[in-house]
Amino acid sequence: MEPLAEILKQVTGYIYPNEVELHWSILIVLYPYLTGLVAGAFILASLVRVFNVKELQPTYRLSLLTALAFLIVAPLPLLAHLGHPERALEMFLTPNVHSAMAMFGFVYAWYLTVVLLLEIWFDYRKDMILWSENETGLRRWIHRILTLGVFDLTAKALRFDNNAGRIITIVGIPSAFLLHGYVGFIFGSVKANPWWSSVLMPIVFLFSAIVSGIALMLLLYMFTTLVRSKQINMACLDKLASFLFYALIVDFSLEMLDFIHRLYEAEESIRILGQLVASRLFISLVIVQALMGTIVPLILLASVSPALHPRRALVKVPDELRRLLYAGAAVLIQIGIFSTRWNVVIGGQLFSKSLRGLTVYKMQLLGGEGLFVAGLLLLLPFVILYVLIKLLPPWPDAEAHVPLAEIEPEGDLQPEVAAAIASEA
Amino acid sequence: MEGGKDLKQARTESRRDFLKSWPIAGLAMLVGMKFKAVPLWASTDAPYNAREHKYGMGIDVAKCIGCGRCAEACKNENDVPREPFYFRTWVERYVINSAGETTVDSPNGGIDGFPPTTNEKGILRTFFVPKLCNHCEDAPCVQVCPVGATFTTEDGVVLVDKDYCVGCRYCVQACPYGARFVHPKTKTAEKCTFCYHRITKGLQPACVEVCPTGARVFGDLKQRSSPLARFQRFRKLHTLKPHLNTKPKVFYADLDEEVR
Amino acid sequence: MPKQLTRLIIVFTVLAGGMLFARHRLLPKTFGERGHYRAAAVTYIQNLPVKYAGREICAGCHTEIVASHSANRHQSVSCEVCHGPAAAHTESPGEVKLAKPNKRAGCPLCHRYDPSRPTGFPQIDPQTHNPMKPCITCHNPHRPETPHVPNECSACHGEIARTKAVSRHAGLDCNQCHNAPVQHKVTPRTVHPEKPRTRLFCAKCHGKDANSSKEIPRIDVDTHGGRYLCWQCHYPHMPEGT
Repeated sequence: MEPLAEILKQVTGYIYPNEVELHWSILIVLYPYLTGLVAGAFILASLVRVFNVKELQPTYRLSLLTALAFLIVAPLPLLAHLGHPERALEMFLTPNVHSAMAMFGFVYAWYLTVVLLLEIWFDYRKDMILWSENETGLRRWIHRILTLGVFDLTAKALRFDNNAGRIITIVGIPSAFLLHGYVGFIFGSVKANPWWSSVLMPIVFLFSAIVSGIALMLLLYMFTTLVRSKQINMACLDKLASFLFYALIVDFSLEMLDFIHRLYEAEESIRILGQLVASRLFISLVIVQALMGTIVPLILLASVSPALHPRRALVKVPDELRRLLYAGAAVLIQIGIFSTRWNVVIGGQLFSKSLRGLTVYKMQLLGGEGLFVAGLLLLLPFVILYVLIKLLPPWPDAEAHVPLAEIEPEGDLQPEVAAAIASEA
Repeated sequence: MEGGKDLKQARTESRRDFLKSWPIAGLAMLVGMKFKAVPLWASTDAPYNAREHKYGMGIDVAKCIGCGRCAEACKNENDVPREPFYFRTWVERYVINSAGETTVDSPNGGIDGFPPTTNEKGILRTFFVPKLCNHCEDAPCVQVCPVGATFTTEDGVVLVDKDYCVGCRYCVQACPYGARFVHPKTKTAEKCTFCYHRITKGLQPACVEVCPTGARVFGDLKQRSSPLARFQRFRKLHTLKPHLNTKPKVFYADLDEEVR
Repeated sequence: MPKQLTRLIIVFTVLAGGMLFARHRLLPKTFGERGHYRAAAVTYIQNLPVKYAGREICAGCHTEIVASHSANRHQSVSCEVCHGPAAAHTESPGEVKLAKPNKRAGCPLCHRYDPSRPTGFPQIDPQTHNPMKPCITCHNPHRPETPHVPNECSACHGEIARTKAVSRHAGLDCNQCHNAPVQHKVTPRTVHPEKPRTRLFCAKCHGKDANSSKEIPRIDVDTHGGRYLCWQCHYPHMPEGT
């Protein structure tokens, strides 16, 4: 009760008596941030697989594993936030089909199993079989179990794996849109809240997700390559930066559209929302989200990446500096996108539905919904990613290849090919 | 013939006696009805059939004196936590001054009354507005509940199943009227139930029971003659936030345009 | 069919089967009977305990009080507003007694002067209105007629009186314009005071050739304000001028 009494003292204007308690905390800020990274990382993977952006190939498998790591953690902040997490299964037992939140369980299950797990399975199946031939102990058993007993390495089977993976990725793109777009819809469909209620909300969420996902992969690619003491593929990095720029432009345009539209229509809520932005959200929205999280990275990326010109950047800088600037831009973007989620979730609860007052959010440090738990949940995906990387190395040089001799031929071989096989053996 | 005449006379006499007893019986019945609180349906021993009812409330803003007895009675009747952050119903005071500025307050929901308005000079309009769950016909809270823990009964009352609610708080976000809160002990959503446990026994909701001026009028919208029916006939009615199309079933008479 | 597909179909079928079985076991019994909710919840809520008995029951024992109370000014005030929730008392009247609010704390909750209260509602200033005495000394709560007819109109029309008291019309007595019969103070809703009907009334002081004090602003009665009567623009209790 005491934190509520503190909040009551800091209320300005009039809020409904029941609005003193803020209902969705930092955990609910964390959740769209995490699913956004999932969707963004997956879209990046789809750029390789479906849109054949060859330069991004080094990030392909890493993106899939990153998406999986973050997807595993994504429901945890939700569970931690529920008043009765032990009843969470009810969403699967008796889902209310009119509720976007109920549909989460099924969209999540679909995305996890049919899209992500299947895609990783099809992509890694042959690798797991080949790796397990040279492994011992637990690792060998894990790999063999994960293949689900399908040890087929014929060319036909491999072709099937490849095609299936491609189809799943194609299906996965709208699924990723759905996975994160629906989070935007959860907010965007609440007519009671003028800060949230907007047709643009799912789109804005989606594009900021793509931005944050690409930025994350840029950082992860740089970090993992450097940690493994390998050479960073600058063509890949430049391509990542270019796509990051394009996505950020679209995201920025959408946010500006929302802003201009609100100001122009000047609907009833404009007064309290203006006060909200000018007082409670000034730092997190104007400084962190807009300035540091969008404008500065846009300028950086526009200048030094080849986004605006096919062959050279506007401002030519040496590779080492460019890498640093990309990393800096990506970090700013991550902070900016987190701030975006904050401004939506917390911002939407800082003003009263009576449109007459503002309240404050007192974030707990400890406790089930505190900063500490949020920090842990933010670190956990990286821990899981580490385990996944150890189990299913995504590096191009770790990929196993079926030796020519083992590929069972279909029909008669060409004499040159038969000779090649014979010489290899 | 004599037997017949006797029989006829006996019949007439007995009829007369019977007729004489009617006024007394009638009076006794009236007295009984006036002074014994026997709900009408209980006397016929029929179980409560929700489908025959559709509940609504009328609020006469012109009559509310802001005494806060309704908010107090509600907390008593429904064991609502006493802290000033949890209300199933509350009273707001609006003060519009001559410069057109509106100030609204609701200290502890109005339970302890209101402090004096700081400046009486320059008051243009001022009044009290009781607020509660509107038991909307198209309730957005029911729409968004992921598990079906909040629902509309067949008699039009929106309830919360506290043993099924997962505490996601989506319904609290979706309610445009601020009518919902989360109970600090049960961690489930809670709100006005129209005192469902009372109205299904023919009693009035606690807030209506104690309102000293009759500013709250409760009734069955399916009943053609009732205080609520009269209220709906004679007054110009408003609902809160009509543009949201939630179809509230709490109707305000003399609602000022400043009220949100 | 490729082996991958067959294997995956088996896995998914097992998972789906498991989920359906789990659902069958875990679904609450009464869910869906009357709608997308547990019907048992409605029954549970219906059976919650009642704390307020309702005013009709009191008459069963307290016949005289109820009879007097229902013929007087507090007839719309339920017994339980002042005496608290009484259901327990009706169950066992001997053991459970209700409070009698006979100090000064209760009555001002409704009757303390507040400008937001509707005009005509009887209000007092608790600090100046017989401050030391409990209210019931002079007012019987079940028959709350005042011990004598109020002298001032401000007893019920406090907001108007206070507004007028700081206005240019402060010196005007209410009866100069409203001519309230004494009966209005006894049965206010059946006997009403008058209100002026023509411009000539205000002209008695404000007309060009009126016999009144020099400071009073004068207007041409026939033309000032066109079609409108005086009080259609000017609020007589706080006449603002233009």
